[in-house]
Amino acid sequence: MTDQAQLLPGTLDLLILRAVSLGPLHGYGILLRIGQISGNALLIEQGALYPGLFRLVRQGLLKASWGTSENNRRAKFYELTAAGRKRLREETANWNRLVNAIGSALGTQPEEV
Amino acid sequence: MKLVDSLRFRIATLFHRSQMNAELEEELRSHIQHRADDLERSGLPHAEAERRARIEFGGVVRYKEESREAAGGTFLESVFQDLRFALRVLRKSPGFTVVAVLTMAMAIGANAVVFGILNALILHPLNLPDAESLYAIQHGNEASSYQSYPDYLDLRDRNHSFDGLAAFSGAQAGLDTGENASRAWIYEVSGNYFDVLKIHPYLGRVFHGSDEHGANSAPYMVLSYALWHTRFHDDRGVIGRMVQINKHPFTIVGVAPPEFHGTLVFFNPDFFVPIVNQEQVEGENLLDMRGKRWVFMTAGHLKAGVTPTQAVADLNSIGSYLERTYPKDDDQRSFALARPSLYGDYLGRPVRAFMTGLMMLAGLILLAACANLGSLFAARAADRSREVALRLALGANRTRILRQLLTEALLLSLLGGAVGLLGSVALLRDLSAWEPFSRWPIHLGVNPDANVYALALLLALASGFIFGAVPVRQVLHTDPYEIVKSGSLGRVGRRITVRDLLLGAQIAICAVLVTSSMVAVRGLVRSLHSNFGFEPQNVVLVDTDLHMASYTGDQVPEMQRRMIDAVETIPGVTSVGFINAVPLVSGGFNGSLVFADATADLRPSNAAADCFMFSISPEYFHAAGTVLHSGRTITWHDDKDAPPVAVINQKFASKLFGSATNAMGRYFKRRDGTRIQVVGIVEDGKYKSLTEDQQPAMFLPLLQLPSSQTYLAVRSSGDPGQMVAAIRNSLRKLDAGLPLYIEPWNNELDTALFASRMAAMALGTLGMMGAMLSITGIFGMAAHSISKRLKELGIRMALGAQRKEVLKAALGRAVKLLAFGSAAGLLLGILASRVLASIVYQATPRDPLVLAGVVLAMALLGLLATWIPAQRALSIDPAILLREE
Repeated sequence: MTDQAQLLPGTLDLLILRAVSLGPLHGYGILLRIGQISGNALLIEQGALYPGLFRLVRQGLLKASWGTSENNRRAKFYELTAAGRKRLREETANWNRLVNAIGSALGTQPEEV
Repeated sequence: MKLVDSLRFRIATLFHRSQMNAELEEELRSHIQHRADDLERSGLPHAEAERRARIEFGGVVRYKEESREAAGGTFLESVFQDLRFALRVLRKSPGFTVVAVLTMAMAIGANAVVFGILNALILHPLNLPDAESLYAIQHGNEASSYQSYPDYLDLRDRNHSFDGLAAFSGAQAGLDTGENASRAWIYEVSGNYFDVLKIHPYLGRVFHGSDEHGANSAPYMVLSYALWHTRFHDDRGVIGRMVQINKHPFTIVGVAPPEFHGTLVFFNPDFFVPIVNQEQVEGENLLDMRGKRWVFMTAGHLKAGVTPTQAVADLNSIGSYLERTYPKDDDQRSFALARPSLYGDYLGRPVRAFMTGLMMLAGLILLAACANLGSLFAARAADRSREVALRLALGANRTRILRQLLTEALLLSLLGGAVGLLGSVALLRDLSAWEPFSRWPIHLGVNPDANVYALALLLALASGFIFGAVPVRQVLHTDPYEIVKSGSLGRVGRRITVRDLLLGAQIAICAVLVTSSMVAVRGLVRSLHSNFGFEPQNVVLVDTDLHMASYTGDQVPEMQRRMIDAVETIPGVTSVGFINAVPLVSGGFNGSLVFADATADLRPSNAAADCFMFSISPEYFHAAGTVLHSGRTITWHDDKDAPPVAVINQKFASKLFGSATNAMGRYFKRRDGTRIQVVGIVEDGKYKSLTEDQQPAMFLPLLQLPSSQTYLAVRSSGDPGQMVAAIRNSLRKLDAGLPLYIEPWNNELDTALFASRMAAMALGTLGMMGAMLSITGIFGMAAHSISKRLKELGIRMALGAQRKEVLKAALGRAVKLLAFGSAAGLLLGILASRVLASIVYQATPRDPLVLAGVVLAMALLGLLATWIPAQRALSIDPAILLREE
């Protein structure tokens, strides 16, 4: 547990969008998918997912519908809207730029300056 | 667009709230079950799996709330939550709630009533088209607007500033519709009156300038809607009908619209007739007399683009033309503009001053109420510091707690505002329906409108925010750990707190109100007992207008003699006299310029005095109880053929002749050059209003200055009520067709005392309110400080403190505040009373009785407010108290 990283503020939304972009998922499924695609390296309290989901629905990036899960239980499934797909692309590009910039800044050796 | 969308979304989510909540709950439950399924699959027993799943999920309630917030329904929803919570809290302390709501109701109600009157009389007085460009012309040097008819014509035709200038004058006339003759109040108006005011008839037509062709040329009348309704029962066939006004035939040509009540806000005429028919209506024709200023008011709309200043300059240039052209009649003609509704500035200025003063007082009451509730709220917040600390410790954020407190405050103030508004609307309705004087068509149209409601709402909201904000600092500085640890706020503040200042201010405000109401009441009492120059007790007045029964010329004095003879024979009657206008009762008096005997050039600027002129029959002074100081009274021998004589008052004597002794037998001149000899001197009196400075007055023989519009003053030893009936009977026998109005003189004086009565009543009410607010305020503070310091006081008593010392410790601060507040308030009240002096006779705060009264009242108030807390402090039993804590 201790080697899991805290999420940076704002990154949960990006992770949700990414998880859902691979196919419709219910809330618990999204958590599992995030764990799976991040190699279980991130610490997310389970309940914290829901405010994020509702926020994304309200922004029109996700849409939700009730269905039946693989456990044969009723669950609410989320999928990306067109706006959500677009936002995911933009945010991913932003994120990569940021990571490259920070990475190169932090990776700079003294003699390179 | 965005805003609308978001609002719609919020409202929609609000309506779907319960559904959304259910879904949210189901979704979270489903999540936990999925997790439990997984855990169970990994080998945990069912119950343990479910428990672990719930723990891993985290705070369900918190995430639910955050999710709702994220979904956007939160604002309105949390407002509802706050409201529900506030209602619960308030229901738990009904005493506090009732006190707070009543306090607020009183304060908002007072403001709504005062504003309602202000709104109706001053802000939106006349319901006329383009009322904002409507101005009346008044004299430049005094608040009066009387013009002579020829001057009016010149003003109308020579000005370049008005879109037409109308004139009107109030009068009384006998109206005979074929049933029974009765008195009616009318406007004599210029032909263009309705056109200038842009009033279109409800029925038929109105008359126009083109209907006028000289004196008595336009026997037409336009009924007011009210008269058409009551007297003619909404009969549409009334147009074209002939009725009799003072026995002269007039044709009804139209009915005015229901919302039109003439151009004065307090005087609603029964019908309108052309002013050119003055002779038929009033019995005399003054249309050609430039020196007679009798036209009550001239008014019109300023042309577009003309400013009032330009208009006054224009009028003044006409004024100087008039001065040049008619030096004998028109002297010093300068003009000013004023709003017509309250008779220009004559009533307008004092009414405005008084209402503004009243509005300020009402505002002070509201401030006091806010201060009161603010300190109550602060006290409650202190009492609830444990609750607040607990909620903070459990993770509530401070803004939410503040919002909660504010919701409570707003709820209280809105509730109070609603109650107050209901009360004030009822009161305003009553006021509107009220006719304070039975004989004058006077009433105050002060029905509340949207402005009043809006103001009440605004005030309620504002005061909620004000007193709700008082405990904010307290809450923001709450340290949950300290309070939860230490039990209660152990520290007792020694320095001056905001609450102390609030309470001090409130006591000062209360003292202002008490002072001014006492000043008003005292002035009223004094004016009731002042010397009027007559003794109204046991005198009955009979208002007769022989002209209304078509008596003319020599018939008039002859009939008047017969009336006196008839009334004198009634048992119990001691004396009977005629006067053409009764002091303090009749509104319009004849003023007359008088000149020293030596003056040859009788232009107005050379006059020695402008004095009241009355014409009386011999017995009048006796009937009225006016004391004759020297000389003789009028006799029946002072007739047309005898030399002109007059009885004058002392003021007249000292003004024209230096002293009373000097005046006897001397002569003075009237405007027309008549030399009049002084034959008697009577005491001074009040003639027009109680607040007037002593005015010169002269009394001329009725036979030398005949008048058909006269009052019979009947002094008797009997009961005035029975006397009224007896007089009516005996006069009916003389002429059944004569409209009469009979009333004891004392009742008629109500008119003169009306203003000071209203002032005393209004101030008294506000003063009572202020006192009640102060009592609750001081009580709240004293009670609170004692309950906070019970433990300390108990220890002091256990250590042997005397009762006196305990009281001093417990109430010292409240008493100090009371003393300082009262002193400040008294000072302010003395300053404020200057405003009162214009309305209430001899209103002066430099009156030992008033000062003593205020001090006594404030002391009494303090005693009342601290009595219960003091009892509580004295009844402390240290043993019980210390055991409990």
